[in-house]
This record gives sequence, C-alpha cells and structure tokens, in this order.
Amino acid sequence: MPSFLDILTEALGLILSWERALSEIVILSLRVTLTAVVISCVLGLPLGAMVGAFRFPGRGLLTVILNALMGLPPVVVGLMVYLTLSASGPMGALQLLYTPAAMIIAQTILVTPIVAALTKQVVEDLHGEYAEQFASFGLTARDRIAALLWDARYSLLTVALAGFGRAVAEVGAVLIVGGNINHVTRMMTTTIALETSKGNLELALALGLLLLGIAVIVNASVMALRASAVRATYA
Amino acid sequence: MRDMAPDTSLAMAEAPSATPPILATRALCYEAGGKRRIDTVTLSIHARRRTMIMGANGAGKSVLLRLMHGLLKPTQGAVLWHGQSQSAVARGAQAMVFQRPIMLRRSARANLKFALGARGIRGAACAEQAEQGLAMANLSDIAHSPARLLSSGEQQRLAVARALICKPELLFLDEPTSSLDPASTQMIEDLVNAAHAQGVTIVMVTHDLGQARRMGDDVIFLHAGQVAESGRLSDVLSQPRAPSTRAWLQGRLYTDATL
Repeated sequence: MPSFLDILTEALGLILSWERALSEIVILSLRVTLTAVVISCVLGLPLGAMVGAFRFPGRGLLTVILNALMGLPPVVVGLMVYLTLSASGPMGALQLLYTPAAMIIAQTILVTPIVAALTKQVVEDLHGEYAEQFASFGLTARDRIAALLWDARYSLLTVALAGFGRAVAEVGAVLIVGGNINHVTRMMTTTIALETSKGNLELALALGLLLLGIAVIVNASVMALRASAVRATYA
Repeated sequence: MRDMAPDTSLAMAEAPSATPPILATRALCYEAGGKRRIDTVTLSIHARRRTMIMGANGAGKSVLLRLMHGLLKPTQGAVLWHGQSQSAVARGAQAMVFQRPIMLRRSARANLKFALGARGIRGAACAEQAEQGLAMANLSDIAHSPARLLSSGEQQRLAVARALICKPELLFLDEPTSSLDPASTQMIEDLVNAAHAQGVTIVMVTHDLGQARRMGDDVIFLHAGQVAESGRLSDVLSQPRAPSTRAWLQGRLYTDATL
C-alpha cells in the first residue's frame, strides 16, 4: 500500500492537473449546494423572521419543530425524498429521482430548518430592540420583516454560512436520491465515499482537500465581508 | 363607568379656550404583572400645548405615554383621538421619541428615510425631507455615519428629527434628555420648541423640574398610577395641592408612608 505522502502527492497532482472528471464533480457539487442554500434562504429567512418577530398561536410549537428539524438525519430525509420522487411516489411523474434536482430538494429540506431556526434567534433579539419604534412608525407586518432582515443582514450571512456548511458536507441524502451516477449526480462527498471504498485514495483525498479548501474560502470570504461591512455601516 | 369617571385634569381642560382636546383618556387603567400601573386616569391633551408629565419613578409616566400613543393596550378605559377611538390613522398623526433612542442599523440619513418611507413618502420628496431633517438636527455633515456610532446627544437629536420630519400633530417624548449633558439637552429642547412653534402639540415625560419650567405650559403629576394633580404648570408649581406634588417640588424623599 502506498504511503500517505505518496497518496498526498498524487492527490495534489490531480488537483493541479484539474482533469475534466474532477472539475465536473466540483462544479456539480457547488451548483447543487449553492442552489439549495439560496432556496433555503428564500424560504427560511422570512419564516424565521416571522416566528422571531411575531406572537401567534402555535409559535412555541413551531419553534420546537424548527429546532428539532435542525438535527434531521440526512439519510432519513434522503429516504423520504426518495419515496416521494420514486416512480410509485406522489411526485414520481416528475421523474426527478437520480437527478441534481432531487439532490437540491433533499439538501433544501435539510438546510431550511437550520436557516429558519437561526434566523428566528437573530431576528427575535433585534425585534426586541426595535419593537416599540416599529409600533410607533405603524409598520405593517411585511415592512417589519423586511426591515428586520435588512438590518440583520450581516448576522444572517453567518446563518447562510451555517446552511452552506451543512449542505456542502452532506453525503447520505444526496447519495440516496442522486444515486452517485457518474457524470450525472456524482458530488464531492459521494465520490469520496465511493472512491475510498474502492481503494482509489488519491482521488478521494484530492476531492477532500478541495472540499476543505472551498469551505475555508467561503467562510473566510463571508467573514471578511461581514467584518468590513460591520465596520463601515453597522454597529 | 366611563362617563362617571372624574376628569382629573380640570385645569387643563379649561386651559386653551375650551377647545376640544386633541387627545383624551377616559378612566384609563393598565395592569401588568398583577399590579395596576395606571389607575383610572382621565385627562385631556389640548392642541398646541406643551404638557409635562412628572412624578416619581414607578409613578406610571412612561406607561401612560405608551398607552396614549397606542403602544400598550389599556386593561380598561379608552384613549380618544379627536374624540374618536385611537386607530392606525391616529398613530400616523403622532410620533414618539424614547428615553434611549432606538437607532436602526443604518446611516443617520437612512434612519430618516426609513421613517419617511413608513409614512408612504418616497422618492425625491423622501430625499429632500431627509436632508431637511438632517439640517434641522445639525447632523448634515455626518449623514452617512452609522446611526449607532453617533454620540448619545447626536442619536437623540436624530431621533427627534426622525419623529418631526413625519410632521406629527402630536409628539410624545419620554425623558429624551435624561442622559444628556446641558449642551445636548439645550439642542433637544430647541428642536422641540421649534416644532411647538410650528404647531406641534407636545407631551413630554421629564424628571427635570427646570426643564418643565422652561418648556411646559401644562403639567400632569402622577403618583402611584393616578393623576395626583394637573393644570397649568405655573399654577401647579406655585400652589401645589396634592401631598405628593408638594413633596416632589420641595425635593423631599417621599414614599407612600411619609406623605
């Protein structure tokens, strides 16, 4: 068996050569993950803001559900989406199983509760500060939500980052609904799992290093943006 | 019951030529935490007057202000705006400045624009009025600065300007100068007096007797959630009738037991 150093050297070589098979996997991973995070933010930010800012019957229950869903087991989500999208399932006619769209759906289900629950916490704190002023302004519910989300925008970047972290590292759900089909639904995480089991450690490590790099770059970029923006316009 | 409640502000009701009040409360009560914070308060606020609300800590001054502005819902009684029930339309004709200014996480200019936008003023009119507000508060040179990074005095001036650019009929102020130095206090008072000179009715909570003398036309003294005394400021200060008002004006450290 080759040494770790040999595997690392070959992995770095694979990254530097940037072969089409590798770039295909990386690009699909980013497309699926970013799409899921964007959809999750579109759904989760207003939902979390609404739960955080307003009192209504069932709010406590909804909060408990959102918090509980943050810990959704990915394989269970994968299974539920699989059953829904399979030929005999309620949405089988859409023929989305084993497509990137199915993986986006699964990741969206996993990430949305995280975005909503964290947004709720951020907005609840901010609304506690703003509530009387907003009431004095006579703002509508929609205007309140919009203002709270805008004023909390830099804190919410961190929320989106948490969602991205969950999605980009996810294996179980996308493996079940995507099927890890070469050139179609093969993501970085699923390929790492597959290639490791096959003993193709160089490719697995190359993808692992790329995954780490992407996570670090995205985190660093968002945190730098947040820090500079906070200094400039926000306190 | 409402009709039977005594008007505890007889002197104020008489004050400005028996015109109908701009705002009135009828047997207003408010309970929170099992305690009655406001107890059967009936009073009238007349247009273009400056009414000072005074009293010890816990007397219910800020709660009364919030009830009058509609930020709190009374347990009993009613707040009447031009003789009608308080509504969203009434809220639109009022504005409030809080003891600790609530600054949105935006620039000073954006804070003003937000308030104007909330009143449906947008576009060029919004920009123009925002600039007028900045000039009014003498904040034009720091219009782009984050509002939360301004000094306490600048923040409170911005808060007053933000309230006034919406052109309210009635401005509520809850101890707006309690944490400010004399120079900043003077600027706030100038802003409020300028607004009053343009016809804005003022209702202000203050602990500062000197400020009340400088700014007030009428006064309402609260004690334990009730109106202890009210009327023209000069009359009440020269001849206080209620024991709590006398104790306050004499600077005595009073409690219910010592009155």
